Amino acid sequence: MIQEKFIITENKPLNAKIMLMRLSGNAPDIRAGQFINIKIDGLFLRRPISVCDYDGNEITVIYKIVGVGTEKMSKMRVGSALDVLLPLGNGYDLSCSGDKPLLIGAGVGIPPLYYLAKRLIAQGKKVTALLGYHSGNDVFLRGEFWRAGARVLAVTSDGSLGLKGRVTDHMADIDYTHFYTCGPEGMLKGVYEKSVTSGQFSFEERMGCGFGACMGCSCKTITGYKRICKDGPVLFKEEILW
Amino acid sequence: MVDTSVDLCGIRLSNPVIPASGTFGYGYEFAELYDINMLGTFSFKGTTLQPRFGNPTPRIAECTAGMINSVGLQNPGVDKVISEELPRLSRFFNKKVMANVGGFSIEEYAECASRLDKCDIVGWLEINISCPNVHGGGMSFGTSPLAAAEVTRAVKKAVNKPVIIKLSPNVTDIAAIASACEGEGADGVSLINTLLGMRIDLKTKKPIIANRKGGFSGEAIFPIALRMVNDVYSAVKIPVVGIGGVASAENVIEMMLAGATAVEVGAANLVEPFACKNIIEALPLTMEKYNINSLSEIIGGANG
Repeated sequence: MIQEKFIITENKPLNAKIMLMRLSGNAPDIRAGQFINIKIDGLFLRRPISVCDYDGNEITVIYKIVGVGTEKMSKMRVGSALDVLLPLGNGYDLSCSGDKPLLIGAGVGIPPLYYLAKRLIAQGKKVTALLGYHSGNDVFLRGEFWRAGARVLAVTSDGSLGLKGRVTDHMADIDYTHFYTCGPEGMLKGVYEKSVTSGQFSFEERMGCGFGACMGCSCKTITGYKRICKDGPVLFKEEILW
Repeated sequence: MVDTSVDLCGIRLSNPVIPASGTFGYGYEFAELYDINMLGTFSFKGTTLQPRFGNPTPRIAECTAGMINSVGLQNPGVDKVISEELPRLSRFFNKKVMANVGGFSIEEYAECASRLDKCDIVGWLEINISCPNVHGGGMSFGTSPLAAAEVTRAVKKAVNKPVIIKLSPNVTDIAAIASACEGEGADGVSLINTLLGMRIDLKTKKPIIANRKGGFSGEAIFPIALRMVNDVYSAVKIPVVGIGGVASAENVIEMMLAGATAVEVGAANLVEPFACKNIIEALPLTMEKYNINSLSEIIGGANG
């Protein structure tokens, strides 16, 4: 982990609630599934946000405006500096993907899977991305997955775009060797129940520090107590206790 | 050349800055960032006789200029701390460390402290009778002078190293409790632990913290901590370790003027992992700015 100043080079809405922010600076190597912890003026706790894309000196994050922190982030100006701790968390393990990994995400669980898809595709894997949204109006990143070379299946709750229902309704139709997932806990639990291979889950929790010092985000697993921020956020299916 | 060193219960510290228990783990995460031997010392994660998972999550809530935590003394238990954490710590920390001890009965405090007392790397035993996040122990020993005195007596009997009792601010008269500890032979007191606090999520209309309430810390509590340190300093002769909202070299000096011999830094470590390094590096220039040659000479200066 390092503490580094980044310059905001872009901060734009992707839809009514979802924003994309690009940061430029001296970034260390970041693994897919890791996150960064952002200092926001006037707020005590930093805000942990997953990395959507990383390219040497540029980091892209996609965040949803849900509270005072992300509200303030949405108003930050291009050109201003941001104090960031990074990279944090364990990230996804790419070595067990097999030839046909399935990426399952919904809402703001989708962004970290984009960087993962790019890395897996670079290794020659045939990636399928199963992406869940409320409706066609909420769709983001779908084109980027497709342009990166993934097979994309979009699912909307109301059926206004792509397949109808929940992402977990459509897992049985896909042939996959391993899965990677990130999204709301209800969806993660559904993936756990419907999945037929091993896989990796990225979890979310209210954090104090984000780097393993405070024990604020601990959880119980089959392999002992884990800190979501440091030993996670990615846990293997075999170690999860619901 | 200014002198930042202080004497804490017979052990010389190169400077008075001590990361507070529960905000620094066993030092590993911070040792990756900077050489933690620059610290005066640090107080490691609160240790109990038995392993503990602690409270359900969410354990953290944000506040203005601070945060609430309800971790609930998560730790691997004293035997594992001694067999695994302390040997690992001694590979990169070559100073004496402060062992923070939690408990649920007088016997447990004494037993846990006695086991840590035998470890070479341990310099002081900081006895936490003020954890607001556990039931049937913790803070209940810190809210009555009688119970605080009983814990002190039992621990003093069980150990040889200096005993510092960590006090709760959630009381009517903290000076009376400090005096009771002093009366039973405590070598020092540290204060304040966190203030009981609560936040409610307007969307769910329920408390943010799973345990409903927790301990409030951070810069917001500094004036309260400072006042209590001064109250206790005025009432006892043993060293007082000042804790609460410290985030700068100026705060350290202010705490010492109020009566602190050393100063613990807590919540600041969690949001600024370099907080203690920055404070220690800023101390000499800040001392010069305020015409201070020696930190140990200013202790309690506000009472002079």
